[in-house]
Amino acid sequence: MHIEAFDIAVIGAGHAGCEAAIAAARLGCRTALFTLNLDQLANLPCNPSIGGTAKAHMVFELDALGGVMPEVADANTIQSRMLNRGKGPAVQSLRVQCDRAGYHLDMKARIEREENLWLIQAEVVDIGLVDGAVAWVETALGVRYGAGAVIVATGTYLGGRIFVGDRVFPGGPDNAPPANRLAEALERLGLPLRRFKTGTPPRIDRRSVDFSQLERQPGEEPPLPFSVSALTGRTKGPRNIVECHLGYTNEETHQLIRENLERSAMYSGHIEGVGARYCPSIEDKIVRFADKTRHPLFVEPMGVDSGEIYLQGFSTSMPFELQIQMLRTIKGFEQARIMRPAYAIEYVCIDPLALRPSLEVRDIPGLYGAGQFNGTSGYEEAAAQGFMAGVNAARRHKGLPPVVLNRSESYIGLMIDDLTTKGCTEPYRMLTSRSEHRLLLRQDNTRTRLRHRAEEIGLVPDWRRQADAVYKKQLEAELNRLESTVLPPGDRLNALLVQKGTAPVSTGVRLSELLRRPELCYEDLAPVDTHRPPLPREVVMQAETEIRYAGYIRRQQEQADKQAKMENSSLMGIDFSAIKGLRIEARQKLMAHQPATLGQAARLPGVNPADLSVLAVYLHLKAQQNSRNKEDKT
Amino acid sequence: MHTAHTIAAIATPPGTGGMAVLRMSGPRAIEIAQQVFRPIKGRPVAQMPGYTAAYGHLMEGDKPLDDGILTVFRAPHSYTGEDVCEFSCHGGDYLSRRALAVLVAAGARPALPGEFTKRAFLMGKMDLTRAESVIELIEAEGEQALRLARSGREGRTERLVDGIARRLIDMAAALAAYADYPDEDLGETDPDDLSARIKQELNALKTLIAGYEAGQIVRRGVSTALVGRPNVGKSSLMNRLFGQRRSIVSDIPGTTRDVVEAEAFIGGLRFILADTAGLREGDDPIEQEGVALSYARMERADLILCIIDASEPLSEEDARLLELLRGRRVIVVLNKSDRPVCLTEQTLPHPPGPVVAVSAKTGEGLPALEEAMVDACALPGSADSMLLASQRQLSCVLRATEALQEAGEALSAGVTLDAVAVLLEGAIEPLLELTGRRVSEAVIDALFEKFCVGK
Repeated sequence: MHIEAFDIAVIGAGHAGCEAAIAAARLGCRTALFTLNLDQLANLPCNPSIGGTAKAHMVFELDALGGVMPEVADANTIQSRMLNRGKGPAVQSLRVQCDRAGYHLDMKARIEREENLWLIQAEVVDIGLVDGAVAWVETALGVRYGAGAVIVATGTYLGGRIFVGDRVFPGGPDNAPPANRLAEALERLGLPLRRFKTGTPPRIDRRSVDFSQLERQPGEEPPLPFSVSALTGRTKGPRNIVECHLGYTNEETHQLIRENLERSAMYSGHIEGVGARYCPSIEDKIVRFADKTRHPLFVEPMGVDSGEIYLQGFSTSMPFELQIQMLRTIKGFEQARIMRPAYAIEYVCIDPLALRPSLEVRDIPGLYGAGQFNGTSGYEEAAAQGFMAGVNAARRHKGLPPVVLNRSESYIGLMIDDLTTKGCTEPYRMLTSRSEHRLLLRQDNTRTRLRHRAEEIGLVPDWRRQADAVYKKQLEAELNRLESTVLPPGDRLNALLVQKGTAPVSTGVRLSELLRRPELCYEDLAPVDTHRPPLPREVVMQAETEIRYAGYIRRQQEQADKQAKMENSSLMGIDFSAIKGLRIEARQKLMAHQPATLGQAARLPGVNPADLSVLAVYLHLKAQQNSRNKEDKT
Repeated sequence: MHTAHTIAAIATPPGTGGMAVLRMSGPRAIEIAQQVFRPIKGRPVAQMPGYTAAYGHLMEGDKPLDDGILTVFRAPHSYTGEDVCEFSCHGGDYLSRRALAVLVAAGARPALPGEFTKRAFLMGKMDLTRAESVIELIEAEGEQALRLARSGREGRTERLVDGIARRLIDMAAALAAYADYPDEDLGETDPDDLSARIKQELNALKTLIAGYEAGQIVRRGVSTALVGRPNVGKSSLMNRLFGQRRSIVSDIPGTTRDVVEAEAFIGGLRFILADTAGLREGDDPIEQEGVALSYARMERADLILCIIDASEPLSEEDARLLELLRGRRVIVVLNKSDRPVCLTEQTLPHPPGPVVAVSAKTGEGLPALEEAMVDACALPGSADSMLLASQRQLSCVLRATEALQEAGEALSAGVTLDAVAVLLEGAIEPLLELTGRRVSEAVIDALFEKFCVGK
């Protein structure tokens, strides 16, 4: 009856879907990746950029775990910058501009090379269950495919509606058709669905912009990669071959927007969906921050061979002719021509509280969600979830328990924990300020931090495991050397110290002690640290950071360990209604959210320490009963 | 397994009973007990084996607060599986709460409802029958905590804490915006400005702590020292306040040679008045001994009444004394208003506290002095709302102060702002604990409210 039977079917080939499909296929599952249009696979429908604060951290984490986004991003990087240099190691973040067309083609080629992966252009319109579990998907052409698990990664296509001023039409990003029938099917399955909203600025003809009126923003040399594969020359590395620019809105722009506010789809009440605070439209900014006389605009090329320019900061749902007028008030854009209009888009997504930490829908075995469908925003957030959903769907197929990353060991774990225990009331974007353990979750330590998880998941190739083992050895040796090497006091050392504005020494001093002085860095000590071994830049960076912040890192690790203890007490399969002593509010919250661990329960609003104690006691009693029952049987 | 904090609570039900038991559990339990408990005989607490008890005193500072039995349980052979000390003392809410305050001051944290049971569980100590009954107890504790939380919310202290937390959240939000939106037009974060604001909130926290101390003062009595040159009328004034002759009064300067104490209830507060020897340099060794005592007493006092003879010009000794008292809780009393005066509030240069004119002889001006004494001990909020709730609050405020202090130090040492932000959030967390919010959400909400960020 089925034309083909797959272990796993992925719906949607955006950043979540591609990661999910590749991970599942590489883990040995027969996998299908469905997309409405093969030419829109791994599209960058908004910024042509990857990374940025906290998002970059997740890209590095994906690289450590065996994801593909880092390599594709590196190979298609046309400008690279390290943000927050000097603001501290926890918040330093890589951001790159990518060639949009190149990114799409590169990802598509990789998918086409995967052995267990079928890439199919088709609109999936229904998901079928057998005995309550996922069993098949059906396409708009009436074809059914068997599917042991389905990963929904529909992005803004699901029930998408586009708004430009008072014009509203059904559609996905870049004028693609929306996936409406699938939204109906998901509703029939009883999923808690809702509508979120996002928006994108106009794309402008490069030739119509007077760049001499804008500030230049060149890339930083050398461009640094996300992936170890590019770092070691196995795959193509990042390049700095384009420039970005910086411009500003002015009072004239603001005046025009204020006068026409009611013409914005956002303000005329056409849009019901909930928008994100971190991604405000330009009209939003002007209303909410009325005292600001200008707002920055970032001018980014869409690619090396593209004549289109992306104008970050100018997202709007104003009518098209007004967009042109607004744009032309900006210095450098007086003659600007819009090639693609700015628009707001509303789409259907799930309340992520309906998901387990494995990203499987609680009530429907085999159904998984990833990316914007789960209420997030951003390519990196999507890719990270897609990867975890792909891994966990594959593990389910093989009868293995899901991999759930802790919030104290990764931003990916933090994001999924936030989504599935706290939920979200607006599209969720990762921020470093979301992490209570951010001194532990740095870019520089991903290779050591997630090694054991990479082993558990099994997607990292042998060369990478060996490279990481070497890295770890080098790091440990250098840490050890810095802690144990004592420099004798001397004129040369003291001259250096005084020159750097820090106190001279009269007794021997450890290299590590010197590194903890804020005035000194590893490089500064080169003339006096004559026996240092030649080491890769990344090893030095991590070693320096771990020494310099040792006190703070140790304290955060203690907090994380404490949290981990609670995370290890599983609540899976607990009937909260049967527990005596819980307050009514707590019982309702627990039953609604079904936390998987005691730690997750602790983060639920409405669950207090007394309730946690009751849970803890209950768990213990249950464990005792179980062991007693076992004894009885034997 | 490591549990960072040592927790303490009154284990017996609230209300007046024959005795009360305080329980303390955690890695520092024995160390803290050693600090605050003096056995009458036998070995010090730190050397007591598990399952042994000792009779002795629970010390509040250098004074015994109560006598009772300390029982030591050593890990893992205890209720929670950690080191546990239990102190059985005389019953009554007031005394047992003071005893708890002693443990908290020595480093224990007030236990959350059900926290002992949680630890017992986490250490694998809980057995079937005990757990059943404990659940009900936890339930009751939770309800009580809730009631207290509700009554505390209306208090002034609560609003002060909220205000500090809100301003710290604003600072953390600025740092979050600075870190998460590096490209936006937010203006530079000025470490000096941040440093000054941290200092300001540190002072606010310290004022709060002083407020709690004022609360403590109320319960143990306001230690009040009457000081001044010889023969300015300290003893006469004391007799006036006390209502009967307690000090020996004569016209011979230096009559009072040791410290004379008496209690007086004024405006609902208990003042422990201490009449001290007149402060002057002299040859009489006995009198000088008395002067030394006066100084010591003055050091320890919660409130100082500095008495000056208004019928004479300000002497050099008076002026020196007034300067010495600057920064203390002090009332300047211009005595002998029944005589022609040459000193008034207006002619006194920069007095270190409020000035009141009285006549100890006639009683004139005494009501004004009593009012000034009560005002000087004014407390934030009503005394009632500061009982158990205040001990939890105090512990939170102390934790916040410590973290904020550290943030300030890191900032001035030039540590990068990512680490400073983490420390700052560490200071917000205990403050928000009192209101049940979570720090990360609070910071992110403030970030989007205050800063125009995002693409």
